Amino acid sequence: MNNKSMRIIRNGESLPLAEVPELSLPAFQEAILEGARSGARLACLCADGDLRLFAVLAEDAEQRLRVARTRLDGSRYPSLTPYCPQAHLFEREIAEQYGIIPEGHPWFKPVRFHQPWSDQPSPWGRQVDSPPGVTNFFQVSGDEVHEVAVGPVHAGVIEPGHFRFQCHGETVFHLEVALGFQHRGLERALQGGPHALSLKQSETVSGDSSIAHAWAYCRLVESLAGVEVPTRTDRVRGVALELERAANHVGDLGALSGDAGFLPTASFCGRIRGDWLNLSAEVCGSRLGRDWLKPGGLRHDLDPAMAQRLLPRLDQAWADSRDAIDLLWGASSVMLRFEAAGHLAAAQVRELGMVGVPARACGVDLDVRKDHPYGPYRQQPVPSSLAESGNVQSRAWVRWLELAESQKHLSLALADLSRCEQDPPAGPLPPLATDSLCVSLTEGWRGEVLHLALTDGQGRFSRYKIVDPSFHNWFGLALALRGEQISDFPLCNKSFNLSYCGHDL
Amino acid sequence: MMHILLSRWRQGHRTLPYPKEVPGLPERFRGLPRILADKCPEGCHVCAEVCPTEAIRIGSKGPQVDLGRCLFCPDCLEACPEGAIEYTQDHRLAACSREALTVTPGEDYRRAQAMGAELQRILGRSLKLRVVSAGGCNGCEVDVNVLGTLSWDLGRFGIQYVASPRHADGLLVTGPVTRNMELALRKTYDAVPHPKIVIAVGACAIQGGPFFRQEEQRGGAASVLPVDLYIPGCPPHPLTILDGLLRLIGRVTD
Repeated sequence: MNNKSMRIIRNGESLPLAEVPELSLPAFQEAILEGARSGARLACLCADGDLRLFAVLAEDAEQRLRVARTRLDGSRYPSLTPYCPQAHLFEREIAEQYGIIPEGHPWFKPVRFHQPWSDQPSPWGRQVDSPPGVTNFFQVSGDEVHEVAVGPVHAGVIEPGHFRFQCHGETVFHLEVALGFQHRGLERALQGGPHALSLKQSETVSGDSSIAHAWAYCRLVESLAGVEVPTRTDRVRGVALELERAANHVGDLGALSGDAGFLPTASFCGRIRGDWLNLSAEVCGSRLGRDWLKPGGLRHDLDPAMAQRLLPRLDQAWADSRDAIDLLWGASSVMLRFEAAGHLAAAQVRELGMVGVPARACGVDLDVRKDHPYGPYRQQPVPSSLAESGNVQSRAWVRWLELAESQKHLSLALADLSRCEQDPPAGPLPPLATDSLCVSLTEGWRGEVLHLALTDGQGRFSRYKIVDPSFHNWFGLALALRGEQISDFPLCNKSFNLSYCGHDL
Repeated sequence: MMHILLSRWRQGHRTLPYPKEVPGLPERFRGLPRILADKCPEGCHVCAEVCPTEAIRIGSKGPQVDLGRCLFCPDCLEACPEGAIEYTQDHRLAACSREALTVTPGEDYRRAQAMGAELQRILGRSLKLRVVSAGGCNGCEVDVNVLGTLSWDLGRFGIQYVASPRHADGLLVTGPVTRNMELALRKTYDAVPHPKIVIAVGACAIQGGPFFRQEEQRGGAASVLPVDLYIPGCPPHPLTILDGLLRLIGRVTD
C-alpha cells in the first residue's frame, strides 16, 4: 500500500466524505509514512468524535494535497511518531481531544491541558481541576546542571507560555515549551456552525493573522456552498493579506532590532508598523482587518477611489520601512549577533514538518501562495523569499525579502483596483454540502494556515480543525536553542515570533 | 552613525500631539454606537436577534448596546431595516463600572472618571502596569503594546509597562481569562503591592468576547479580580486605550 491510495484534492476543494478513501489502519499509516519518505508533509492529522482519523498530506512540489481516513476499533493504536516525527504533536492533540492513545509515542504529554471532548478519560489521568502546564518535563541531571523555568506570565506584553530550560552555565542543553494557557475552546466553538460567531472566531484564532484565518475560513465555506467569488474580490482579499504580512514583518524586524539593542530601527519600525495597519483600517475600519472579509465576498469593499487614495500612502510606508530597515543591515554589531544565534538545519525543518518563515530561512522552499495557489496568487504568483543559514539573520532577511514582495504585490493590486469596477455586493450563501470534507490553506505571515471541516447530514460542521503555522513550528524553536546561550533566547524567540493563541486554540 | 542621523532627519519627529489634538481616525472606524430609537418600528428587535454576542437588549427607551459585549462589527447595522444604529467616530469608550458600559438612547454615555483623590495622589503621576494576557488572541496585546512606541509614547504620561508584578501598581488584563490562566492571573494580582488597580482591555477581558459561551473561559477579568476600568473594543483602538488610561489618572476629562 502506498500514498497513491490517498485521494488527490486541490487547496480549497471539497468532496463528499464517501469519496475520501477509508483505509485500514496499517494501510493509512503506511500511506502517511510512504508520503513522508517521498518528501510530502503531514499538513494535518486529526480525529473526530467517531474514532475516525483523517490525514492531509501536502505534496507541495506537485501543487496537490492527498486525503484519507481510517476507523479505529478502540481507543488505542500504535503510534506513528517513532517513524514520522511530523506526527508527534498531532498524535498528542488527538489523545487530548478524544482520549485516543498512540501506544509507543516517545514524547507523550498534554498539548493544551484540557479534558477530553469525548467520554474517554484523560490519557494522563488529569482531572477537571488539575493545574495547567504541569507535566513530566524532560530533565537533565548532573553536576552544575540547572533548570530555568519561565512563564506563563512573561516580562513583556506577550502571550502566556511556559518555558523550561535545562542549562549548564549559559549553555542550553534542552528547552521544553509547555503551552495551552490560551486555550479557549475554539475548535469546539466552531462545531455545529457556521453560526453568527464563526467568522469572528476565525478572525481571532490568532488576532495578528485575522485575514489569513478569515480567508481560509471563507474559502472553506464558499467551497462547501459551491460558490466562486469574483476575481476582483480575490484581489481585495490579496491586498488584505499582504498588508497584514507587511505590517507584521515590519513589526518583527523592529522588535528583533530592539532585542539586539539597536534602537533606531526598533523605534522607527514600531511607528511604521502602525502606518501599514492604518492602511487596513482605512478599508475596513479595523487595524487588524476585522470584518473585512466575509464568506461569499467582502464586508468592506475597496472601491477604485479608495485604491487610488491608498497608493501614495503605500509608497510612503514602503519608503519609510526601507529607510528604517536598511540601518539594520548596516549595523555590523547587530549582524554578528543575528548570525550567531538560533541555528536550525534544513533537515530538522523537513523532519518536523515546519512551515513558513523559519522553513524558508533554511532554504526549504514552502509557500502556500506558490505551492497551492489560490485567489490572486494564481494570476500573480509571489516569488519565494529564501535564505540559507537557518539562523536569526536568515529569518530576519526572509521577512525583509517578503516585505519587498508584498509591497510589489500591493502596488500592482491597488493600481488594478483603482481601474476596475466594483462587483455588486455578495448575497447570502446557499446551504453547505452535506457529509463532505473540505481543506483550505492560506499563507499567513507566519506560514501555512490550514482549516479542515467535515459537515454532517444537515451541512453543519461536525468537526472543524485548525492548524496554525505555529503548531508546526514551536518544536523548531526548542531545537534552535540547543547548544546555544540562554541569554539569546529572547532574540531567538522573536525571530520565530510564533503564536501562542494560534497553537492553543 | 551618519546614516542613523540622516534617517532620523528623513523620518522626522513623529510623536502624536495627543491629547492636545486628537489624531484623525479612518472614515470607517467604528466608535461609540449611536441609536436613533425614534426610527425603530414598534416591536422590532432585529438588531438584538442578529447580535452574535447578545450585546443588544430592547429596553423601554429602545435598543441598548452593552459595549462590554459589543465586538463593534457591522452585524446590527446591516440587519436594521431603518438605519437606526450607527457607529460614530467617537473613540472615548472606557468606563469605570460594568453598568456604565451600556449605551442607552437619549442618555449620555458615562465615560470613565479619575480614580479617587488618594489613589490619584499616589498613582496619578507614575502608574506602572503589569500586562497579563489571559487567553487573548494577541489582538488587544498588540494594540496595548503599540502605546509604547514613539508615536504614542506612553511614558510621557508617567505610565509604563513593567516586567514584574512587584514593580507594578496594577494589572492590565486582556483575554477572557481561560481556565488555564486563572491561577496565574490570581497569583500575579496577589504579587502586586497595595494599593492596586485592575484594567480590563477588550471585549474578551470584559465579558468573554467571541468566546463568551465557551466553558474553557471564565467570562472576563471581573470574574476573578475587582476591575477599576473597562476599555471596550475587539480590539480597542490604541487611542481608545490611551483615552481610558488618561481618564483614570485624571489627565483627560472631557
